[in-house]
Amino acid sequence: MSTENTETVELTENIKEKIDTWVAKFPVGKQRSAIIGSLHAVQEHNQGYLTPELMDAVADYLDLPCIYVYEVATFYSMFQTEPVGCNEIAICTNISCMLSGSDEIVHHVEDRLNIKLGETTKDGKIFLKKEEECLAACTGAPMMMVNRQYIENLNIEKVNEILEKLEQQK
Amino acid sequence: MMHENSICFSNIHQPESWKIENYMASGGYLQWKKILQGQPGNKARQKIVEIIKTSGLRGRGGAGFPTGLKWDFMPKTTEQKYLVCNSDESEPGTCHDREILKLNPHALIEGMAIAGFAMDATVGYHYVRGEFIKDCYPIVEFALQEAYTHNLLGKNILGSGVNFDLYNFLGAGAYICGEETGLLESLEGKQGKPRFKPPFPANFGLYGMPTTVNNTQTLASVPKIIEQGTEWYKSMGTDKSPGTNIFSITGHVNKPGNYELPLGIPFADLLERAGGMLDNKKLKAVIPGGLSTKVLPGDVIADCTMDYESLASAGSALGTGAVVVIAEGTCMVELLKRSSRFYYVENCGQCTPCREGTGWLYRLLQKITQGKGQESDLTLLVDVANRIEGNTICAFGDAAAWPVQSFIEHYYSEFEYMINNHGKSIAA
Repeated sequence: MSTENTETVELTENIKEKIDTWVAKFPVGKQRSAIIGSLHAVQEHNQGYLTPELMDAVADYLDLPCIYVYEVATFYSMFQTEPVGCNEIAICTNISCMLSGSDEIVHHVEDRLNIKLGETTKDGKIFLKKEEECLAACTGAPMMMVNRQYIENLNIEKVNEILEKLEQQK
Repeated sequence: MMHENSICFSNIHQPESWKIENYMASGGYLQWKKILQGQPGNKARQKIVEIIKTSGLRGRGGAGFPTGLKWDFMPKTTEQKYLVCNSDESEPGTCHDREILKLNPHALIEGMAIAGFAMDATVGYHYVRGEFIKDCYPIVEFALQEAYTHNLLGKNILGSGVNFDLYNFLGAGAYICGEETGLLESLEGKQGKPRFKPPFPANFGLYGMPTTVNNTQTLASVPKIIEQGTEWYKSMGTDKSPGTNIFSITGHVNKPGNYELPLGIPFADLLERAGGMLDNKKLKAVIPGGLSTKVLPGDVIADCTMDYESLASAGSALGTGAVVVIAEGTCMVELLKRSSRFYYVENCGQCTPCREGTGWLYRLLQKITQGKGQESDLTLLVDVANRIEGNTICAFGDAAAWPVQSFIEHYYSEFEYMINNHGKSIAA
């Protein structure tokens, strides 16, 4: 289907099953609604990012033009279209977290990992997402999301513990 | 106070309040069953709409539109109609819908079933913000399965002839999808770019069919209102702001948290609820309804009650009920810069005034905090904000403009000081 990519990839049966679950939620012929759910499934199984080949495979499986998938993948902030580290840290820096010291957390994490927001550590282990906007956990400010898990009421010690665990992963 | 946690939070202090048996033990799903076991026809539908109208319940998503009236806008035709719940909670400062989803998901499901029946919408979608994927989405999925297992959803529910299928949907990170037509676009699998209105969703909604979009807290309030009656509901709150509201109190307070309290509570009482000011500092300012509402100086909000009328007459709004408390010593220029970054990053790119203007606002504020500002930048900031306001498809543009206008109006001297002192903050 795609004209941009010559390489094709096949989706695994497990992913196809997940996509089918999404498609079944919508009226017949409205499978476009399943794109977001499909991309979540595909991205999770590809170390946290999407490739053009995977997006094409989703379009192909859903029988939709590739552009439909690309425009969703590039619009929503949870989808990464470039390779990133296998663990994602997203620190909320919006108003409530800012008032509760999130900038200090960001500086600490940047210093410790020796990267800036938006970058991945050299060993490929940790991706520090660009300044994250409000994650709706404001009463637990400051907070961050680590591999999609919410961690609230952060302080430097708590952050260090989490980073140590991630750094020790093989 | 008598009326704490009386609606959406009425059962959340019980252990495992999110499980169906515990919800049922506190009277949950009784209202839905009563409707199904009565004569579930058009008369019964209209009766529910009338109850919600009479109760005075207003949408808790931010705009405060009367819920019953919104339901009544739905055409009384037999075509496919949809009900959509907006759990794309992302207005900065707001986190009470997440608490409902975690602790009382069945109140929402029952509310959606009743609302769906009232509008003859046989299919419902529950749009949950993408970042909740591992946080509360699993609970919501679990609760939905429980409701199906108990035959409270689906086709011909409990032999009543009533159909209502409900599906959970996940977003993927875009503030703009909280705007109801942006949300519908997203639900259709597109970029969440708001639609031009009219037509409104009641006429042209999901897949072009009549659709009502309501907020989580609004829908989760419905079963209790039906159970306890409109007089009980109206006994709380004020004339124009009846009932309770969940206030998310954050910032410089001792006990940040979500507090379900009657509307009309004096701000001073609310602040006391939240444990008062952190480190006994003086109150400087409050953003009373989420980042998109105008900031109010401490001495102004001190005289306000927390309801639609009082905050509107003070020059702001109740919004989502997210009360951001700011103490003396906070730099208002830095706060506004952070606010403007948000609108710059999150704008959908559709309307030129907003797409270009939010970038202008953010860059001008960056320039000021970097010590390169000029006095004329303040006029320019307000000018740009004024040119965004009212000139965009959706209210996002207004939301981007209001913080700029109100911060500069109330804290002009702080901006001026920073400009005259090469980026040094007066607050520091």
